[in-house]
Amino acid sequence: MIDVWEGILQAFRLVYSLDRDLFEIVLLSLYVTLSAVIVASLIGLPLGAWLAVNRFRFRRATIALLNALMGLPPVVVGLIVYILFSRSGPFGVFGLLFTPTAMIIAQVIIITPLIASIAHQAIRDLWAEYHDLLISLTTSKKQRMKTLIWDARRSLLTASLAGFGRAIGEVGAIMIVGGNIDHVTRVLTTAIALETGKGDFALALGLGFILIGLAIAVNMAIHVLSKTERGGQW
Amino acid sequence: MTTILPLVLENVTVRKRDKTILKDISLNFAPVGFTIVMGPNGSGKTTLLRLMHGLERPRGGSVKWSSSEREARPQQAFVFQTPVMMRRSVIDNIAYPQIAHGVSRATSSSKAADWADNVGLAHVKSIEATNLSGGERQKLAIARALINQPELVFLDEPTTNLDGKSTREIEGILQKAFNGGTRIIMTTHDIGQAKRLATDVVFINRGELCEHSPAEEFFGATQSSAARAYLNGDIVE
Ligand SMILES: Nc1ncnc2c1ncn2[C@@H]1O[C@H](COP(=O)(O)OP(=O)(O)OP(=O)(O)O)[C@@H](O)[C@H]1O
Ligand SMILES: [Mg+2]
Repeated sequence: MIDVWEGILQAFRLVYSLDRDLFEIVLLSLYVTLSAVIVASLIGLPLGAWLAVNRFRFRRATIALLNALMGLPPVVVGLIVYILFSRSGPFGVFGLLFTPTAMIIAQVIIITPLIASIAHQAIRDLWAEYHDLLISLTTSKKQRMKTLIWDARRSLLTASLAGFGRAIGEVGAIMIVGGNIDHVTRVLTTAIALETGKGDFALALGLGFILIGLAIAVNMAIHVLSKTERGGQW
Repeated sequence: MTTILPLVLENVTVRKRDKTILKDISLNFAPVGFTIVMGPNGSGKTTLLRLMHGLERPRGGSVKWSSSEREARPQQAFVFQTPVMMRRSVIDNIAYPQIAHGVSRATSSSKAADWADNVGLAHVKSIEATNLSGGERQKLAIARALINQPELVFLDEPTTNLDGKSTREIEGILQKAFNGGTRIIMTTHDIGQAKRLATDVVFINRGELCEHSPAEEFFGATQSSAARAYLNGDIVE
């Protein structure tokens, strides 16, 4: 029986000792995940808005594809990114394999469909409500998208946070493309996998609690920031 | 005064699914006037206004402005029967048409503040519009419709949810806009209001035009029996 209590103690011990290695791992986790969330949001939010506002031939098929991509197994994404960026792969020349950048790329692929899909739903509902008004005011397509993105900002923040949640806890893809190299690509999830494999359950559990704490802290920080947000142009 | 009027409807028919909602309507809207559109519930008033504004397409007949439809639309505004509250502050809602047409943030904000004042929303101008009461929403929608000084404003039952005082306020604002040269086409079920405001009245029943006459004629000796019954408060069959 693994002692949960021992895990909690271990977590406190790690935090209080200001363990340098832990600090590095936490920072890299945040760096990789937040970068991935920002890039995926920059792609996914406008894509969701665009799909909501535009009528085109393969719209339904595109949305269905997007929803299907949400269920993409991370391990497979990792494998594909690995092949693409391996020395003999098409992007091999960049030498990105086993770097944090490769991990970010993999995570972007995993969470962009999720963010775009949630954004699409939120914006589609708002568009249904705004449709007559925005048509009546002869707004351009670009203006409509800007307006909808701005007015749906709270739902869109939720979309990005869902992406964050998925990315910070992800292990399969970043293990493959990052390689869990100490001081280079080791993040909380891969460290937990490693310690579990070695049988150090207390340490693994300790890292697990820190991971959960981190996820909650980021969510709360963004929540507080969005509350204090002031009105803007769009 | 205006560049887009007169507006001429010729034998317009609107169908939705298999239902004919407007049947063979021909109307002529002069460049100046305060037109009141009346008729029982479901007679097609909202559909008629939306058709003229270009939100519905006619199945047959034509809607002709004196300019192209492309040029005509920006000169019109529409106050919907259920106003759309954008998820932003009251002042930003009122300012939106200005911003959408490229007016600077500073100019549009100060103009919007004036309009918030005009319609009696100054005390709530910073709260999010979705928190407004039904009557306040109507006032916001009217301010938002008038801020760009359109040549023509369509209003779909703008005072239905308002109390007597607010109704008078709104009527005052509309009267002022009308005196300033704005063409107004508005629906209402309030006969007293129609008498106070109308220069001419369009009466429709079951999707058919019963009559379009000057106000004094309509309220004096109306010709159509449906309109007479409606004015008498009888149930129009
Ligand atoms: N999308 C639609 N599909 C089918 N029927 C519709 C549709 N939209 C409107 N109608 C019908 O068209 C008729 C006219 O509707 P409209 O909203 O124009 O009436 P109205 O005169 O504005 O009524 P009210 O006084 O209640 O606002 C109604 O019978 C309505 O049910
Ligand atoms: Mg109506």
